[in-house]
Amino acid sequence: MNVQPLQDAAAIVGIGQTEFSKNSGRSELQLAAEAVRAALADAGIEPKEVDGLTTFTMDTNDEIEVARSVGIGDLTFFARTPYGGGAAIGVILHAAMAVASGVANCVVVYRAFNERSGRRYSTGVSEPLVTADAIHWSWYMPFGLLTPASWVAMYSQRYMHEYGCTGRDLAQVAVSTRKHAVHNPNAFFYGRALTVEEHQASRWIAEPLRLFDCCQESDGGCAQVIVPARRARAMKAKGALIRGVAQAAGRDQENMTSFYRPSISYLPEMDLVAKQTYAMAGLAPPDIGAAILYDAFTPVVLWQLESWGFCSRGEAKDFVRDGNLELGGALPCNTHGGQLSEAYIHGMNGVNEGVRLIRGTSVNQPKKNEHVLVTAGVGVPTSGMILGQL
Amino acid sequence: MMDKAELEARLSAYVGTTTGPPVAAPDAVNEAMIRHWCEALGDRLPVYTDADTARQSVHGGIVAPPTMLQAWILRGFSMASPSDEDKDAQVEVGRLLAAAGYPSVVATNCEQEYLRYLRPGDRIFAETVFEAISGQKATALGTGYFIDTRTTFRDERGESVGWMTFRILRFKPNQVPQAASPAPSTSQKPRRLRPPLGHDNRWWWEGIEAGEIRIQRCKRCATLRHPPRPMCGTCQSIEWDWIVSQGAGSVYSHVVMHHPPVPGYDLPLCVALIELDEGTRLVANVIGCPPSQVRIGMRVQARIEPADDELRLPFFYPAAT
Repeated sequence: MNVQPLQDAAAIVGIGQTEFSKNSGRSELQLAAEAVRAALADAGIEPKEVDGLTTFTMDTNDEIEVARSVGIGDLTFFARTPYGGGAAIGVILHAAMAVASGVANCVVVYRAFNERSGRRYSTGVSEPLVTADAIHWSWYMPFGLLTPASWVAMYSQRYMHEYGCTGRDLAQVAVSTRKHAVHNPNAFFYGRALTVEEHQASRWIAEPLRLFDCCQESDGGCAQVIVPARRARAMKAKGALIRGVAQAAGRDQENMTSFYRPSISYLPEMDLVAKQTYAMAGLAPPDIGAAILYDAFTPVVLWQLESWGFCSRGEAKDFVRDGNLELGGALPCNTHGGQLSEAYIHGMNGVNEGVRLIRGTSVNQPKKNEHVLVTAGVGVPTSGMILGQL
Repeated sequence: MMDKAELEARLSAYVGTTTGPPVAAPDAVNEAMIRHWCEALGDRLPVYTDADTARQSVHGGIVAPPTMLQAWILRGFSMASPSDEDKDAQVEVGRLLAAAGYPSVVATNCEQEYLRYLRPGDRIFAETVFEAISGQKATALGTGYFIDTRTTFRDERGESVGWMTFRILRFKPNQVPQAASPAPSTSQKPRRLRPPLGHDNRWWWEGIEAGEIRIQRCKRCATLRHPPRPMCGTCQSIEWDWIVSQGAGSVYSHVVMHHPPVPGYDLPLCVALIELDEGTRLVANVIGCPPSQVRIGMRVQARIEPADDELRLPFFYPAAT
């Protein structure tokens, strides 16, 4: 018997976020504190009850600074998860492990940044590097492969070549996602639809990726409150049960530039996350009612559809053509508008939407919401989870 | 100075209101103004200026160019110095924003629709409504507020003949570099980013200086590896040397960089993942043909050439066939 101590052990009982903007006008620490406060209020939990905090290594807000700001007292657990947006569910995994093991009783996960008005990720590694992986970037910097879009574009070109995927197929992802944002007042693209033709007419960023294949840089913060499932069941706020959760790095993995594997047309690390998560949850692709697939760029949605078994290798382009990602489709996806059209908060706005889907409170609520998949960043060591009804 | 909340509350009070009573065109639609307009714009369509041709056209007489719509109600030079008696709320909003620190203005969008042709003798009336005033926005020009108006144009019977939406940005200009600050040296062209060098990659770049593309090789099991690593992932040996690549290979994948511009890199720039014939891959630029002609599978040959006066790089050219 395969023992899965984390299966159904923890639940997300509160979600919080700031507004999403191009210029928050305040510090990243304030955004973090506001998001944490909002998540605690949603859960109906006092700051002094929190004993664990966790975030991304890329976050500039120290756990203890956030704790002081919000009035959180003693901490018995703190941890960080590396690799950019790949950490989005990794932080949930750490929080779930902490509350399941009794190291902590109430962990808040947060992520907040001024990624548009402050340091923009589109500057990539063109700014002076202070990180330990500077040597890694030396293989790309002198040649001008400097930005997240450029790294994803390298995989995309090969994938499109191997499977006959076209720019119009990528447009399907952008258009379906935008349809959801049109109804979401929190989204940058609220009320503004997109057509395939507009996508195709948009300018190149890193060919084969166009402007509308890319998310928008954003300021904002998000947070979630994680407690043991048995406690969540007794709480007033409706919680989302963590059925399965995993993180993984694949063989011969690089940070965004795993160009040296026999094939670069799929995501070995996301395949592994999927395998682990399904095994822990005891679920399979047909059980998933809706999905939040990390979508910093359109092609990464296609690869994840394949990793999570919603279609076969190379067939995602056909899957997305028939409106399958929209409400009423086979897999309603990124119902908040995704990072392409709501905001890019490093995947954490997707976690909040995943909880809303379970609660039945999304502005684009699908009928089938027994189980909801949420994934993290692509091209990096990554993570994912399946949420279920408590 | 009033705070942001107060300013925004005062601005939002305008939304949905008219900018003032309907404005009557000072002159009826007339052939002289039509002729001046057509001359100024070089529009030679005869139905605007030639009575005989116009009579035989579908219009049965001279009509005004539809794009003159707004021209009939513009107030001319008096616009430049609005007086205090002026009742146009657009002027009030402009003063309010200027007083709050947003003195500059730029028109950003205009859309018009024409519902019928105007004919000499038509009298035009225009009424303008504030459709929307945005929250504070940071733009490339500066921080400010977008103001959307919608103007409906009617004839003397009160029937709508067209409409126009207009968006302006009233903003606080971004600080521009002071003229007094020393001008950047123009003698030196911006250069490409230098590879950070360390124990695990310096020897490879020294190879480039020596005119070689080196490929790290495990001394124990002879596995080739690139990018280099301090230990062999196959047999865990830390003993290694290198072979020198012949520089021949094929394009495994490629990207054409268009945006954002980074000093030192001429765009569009093809960055390719090259599969060397020795079996390892590396990232480098393909030059010697337009980026649009680079294809997966294309044969390429490396040459080590200066990228600038200091840095040499491997560049790949389409292989001679």
